[in-house]
Amino acid sequence: MIKVEHLSKHFGGLKAVDSISFDVKEHENMILLGTSGCGKTTTLKMINRLIEPTHGKIFIDGKNILDQPPEILRRGIGYVLQNNGLFPHYTVAENIAIVPQLLKWDNKRTENRVSELLEKLHLTTDYLTAYPNELSGGQQQRIGLARALVADPAVLLMDEPFGALDNVTRSKIHAEFKALDELKRKTIIMVTHDVQEAFELGDRICLMDKGKIVQAGTPAELLFNPKNDFVRGFLKEQRLQLEFKTVKIRDIWRWLAPQSAPQPPPVGGGAILYSDIDLWSGLERFKFTSAETINVTNKEDDVVKAVGFEQLMSAFNQYKQQQAQ
Amino acid sequence: MNEQQQTLWDFMRQQSDKLGMQTLQHIGLTFISLFIAVLIGLPLGIFITRRKKFSGAVLGVAGVLQTIPSIALLGFMIPVLGIGAKPAIAALLLYALLPIIRNTYTGIVGVDANVKEAAMAMGMSKWQVLTKVELPLAMPVIFAGIRTATVITVGVATLASYIAAGGLGEFIFGGISLNNTNMILAGAIPAALLAILFDFLLSRLQKLNIRKLKAAAAAAPVLLVVLSLFYFIPSAYGSKLEAGFTPEFMGRQDGNLGLQKKYGLKIRTVVISDAVMYKAAYEKQLDVISGYSTDGRLKAYNLVVLDDDKAIFPPYYAAPIVREDALKKFPGLEQTLNLLSGKINDSIMTALNYRTDYLHQSPERVAKDFLVSKKLWKPARNGNGGIVRIGSKIFGEQYILASIYSMLIQGYTEFDVATKTGLGGTKIVFDALTNNQVDFYPEYTGTGLLAILKPSAKTIDSLTHSKDATYDYVQKEFQKQYNIKWLKPIGFNNAYALMMRKKQAKDLNIKTISDLKRYLESK
Repeated sequence: MIKVEHLSKHFGGLKAVDSISFDVKEHENMILLGTSGCGKTTTLKMINRLIEPTHGKIFIDGKNILDQPPEILRRGIGYVLQNNGLFPHYTVAENIAIVPQLLKWDNKRTENRVSELLEKLHLTTDYLTAYPNELSGGQQQRIGLARALVADPAVLLMDEPFGALDNVTRSKIHAEFKALDELKRKTIIMVTHDVQEAFELGDRICLMDKGKIVQAGTPAELLFNPKNDFVRGFLKEQRLQLEFKTVKIRDIWRWLAPQSAPQPPPVGGGAILYSDIDLWSGLERFKFTSAETINVTNKEDDVVKAVGFEQLMSAFNQYKQQQAQ
Repeated sequence: MNEQQQTLWDFMRQQSDKLGMQTLQHIGLTFISLFIAVLIGLPLGIFITRRKKFSGAVLGVAGVLQTIPSIALLGFMIPVLGIGAKPAIAALLLYALLPIIRNTYTGIVGVDANVKEAAMAMGMSKWQVLTKVELPLAMPVIFAGIRTATVITVGVATLASYIAAGGLGEFIFGGISLNNTNMILAGAIPAALLAILFDFLLSRLQKLNIRKLKAAAAAAPVLLVVLSLFYFIPSAYGSKLEAGFTPEFMGRQDGNLGLQKKYGLKIRTVVISDAVMYKAAYEKQLDVISGYSTDGRLKAYNLVVLDDDKAIFPPYYAAPIVREDALKKFPGLEQTLNLLSGKINDSIMTALNYRTDYLHQSPERVAKDFLVSKKLWKPARNGNGGIVRIGSKIFGEQYILASIYSMLIQGYTEFDVATKTGLGGTKIVFDALTNNQVDFYPEYTGTGLLAILKPSAKTIDSLTHSKDATYDYVQKEFQKQYNIKWLKPIGFNNAYALMMRKKQAKDLNIKTISDLKRYLESK
């Protein structure tokens, strides 16, 4: 879907981005991860030509982005900024309707689309006539997201979209983000410096440093097959939590002993647990139950296994040992 | 005389026509300049946000313009644009430029970079980013700049009257020349009120929320144009010729008021400062001007004095006035001073003034040349019979006369001389004479009558039609009141006069003020 080839950006003598290449598949959520000044935002802005590259090429859907005028290109790419960048002199409705206006949609179509989006983002239509400064930070960020999504672009670029939010609001929006069906149809490139966020939202991660990609891969690849010490060091601090969140129960399924007798009535009436949840969520279940084991259902073959806390942990260790080989 | 008793309110009511006209002109001048300043300043301000390397130069130049004293700036405009509204508007708009350019620049640069980036990333063109995002968000700051510019312009526009562009400055500077406080206030108070009013209205505009501001921004150009048109209302009536009078002449009985009353002269008139008036007449921007009949510039600019056939301008014949005790102390002084009597007529004095004022020759050289040509010059005797002190006022003609007298005394008597030239105005030099600081100086009959003796209006009226009656009266009264003697008149009359270009006066066959009136009234 998006193909970046030998992309470079030099500011004077400084190589902000130094000949990087990567692909993003359709409907994939690719994270550009790194510390400040690693070139991740510059890379992102070259994709919608807010910054013009010094060398290299970018293709979207096989077309070189330089082949069309920047304004036209940008109308087909959603963009979400860290500080939302809402127009303070436009109402919420007007802010969301910027791109439809540029595309000259008729009013009815715009109106319908705007209210549809508001609903999906859990905002009532009361907000339509409000001005951005009357909204909370979380609400503003939702409007920013709505603005980017309104014309249903195939590609969405997000520059630290949740960076300015407090932790509570951020995890709430993360949950919404993952649940929003509109986003599942998008090819997304998201810039963040937050490792947790990258692992939680990303299908694949490009870890960048000093204008170069150090390692690109799935979260599990980065965790269990770090290419070098930089990657290892970068993930070190939250390593355990990251591992628990990255590994799904499905991944360690083969090390879980088959239980002939699953505990018949799930105590406490807990919902059925499927094997595609991550280990972290699985372990959290033990906080809410007094039972020794919980039932997990494998979606593919409907096999149910009753697993205990220790069992999960030992299966996880076996999985890790195997990955490291 | 009864001006002191007249209240400001009376004056304003009496002059309400003029006041209204000047106020309209003032508003018009202000807003024409402002309108053009916005037309230039706004795009220029936007331009330097796009090409930042020019911002220093543009803001610097606009800043320097701001520091040029307003009168000087008006002066610079005259050679380029002449007199009247054009140079005034040009000067005013230059003053208004800086706040407009600077605030446009600051306003646009100050727009949140995030918002600009979002606008671009949504796919807006540069023009759309400017008109939909940058300008609306910078509008409060830009309005603040326009507000500053308006207040500056209302203030500086008072100076427009110096170059015949009208406005409330006519009253202010007329009042200063005539020492008429009511007149000054009648100009100054409305000017101040205008500044306060516009400042207030614009401050309200600035506080409007952004939505209403859009409407205001759209209405502003229309309003500016309408207000600008105010300037043209008063000048709607025209006449064949145009006159330029000094503020002082405008307000005097023996000036424009007399012209209207005694001659019934109706001519389109602008108020203009003495400094540029003669040149404006020469450059055909004015046809009739008020001036002094022996001014050197008459000759320099080829102008001719119209004969005052109804004698409204009091005679200002020059003669030396001497303290009686000095005449006794220096025997033969009177005869020596009287050598000059009848030797200098108007055109000779004009020619002499021309040489000092215009050719910048020294008064001594002019004096000697003159005496030699009249065969009156004798080398100094270097006598030691005492020192005669000669006074003079602070303008060229008096310097020449003082030099001539000093050469005569040194050549014809045994006395030596000390000249105390440049003794300011009439009051200073006259006080010097009565207090025995100088022994004599050249004075004018009209000044003696109107500035020193100040008799009743009736007496003045009965005297000023005749030069002899005036001379006799001042001679008698000076003798009686101050023990000072008026010697024989030198011959010339340095009075107020109307003047025109020689060629035009000849072509139109205008020799007297009555001729001028007849010409203006003929179809």
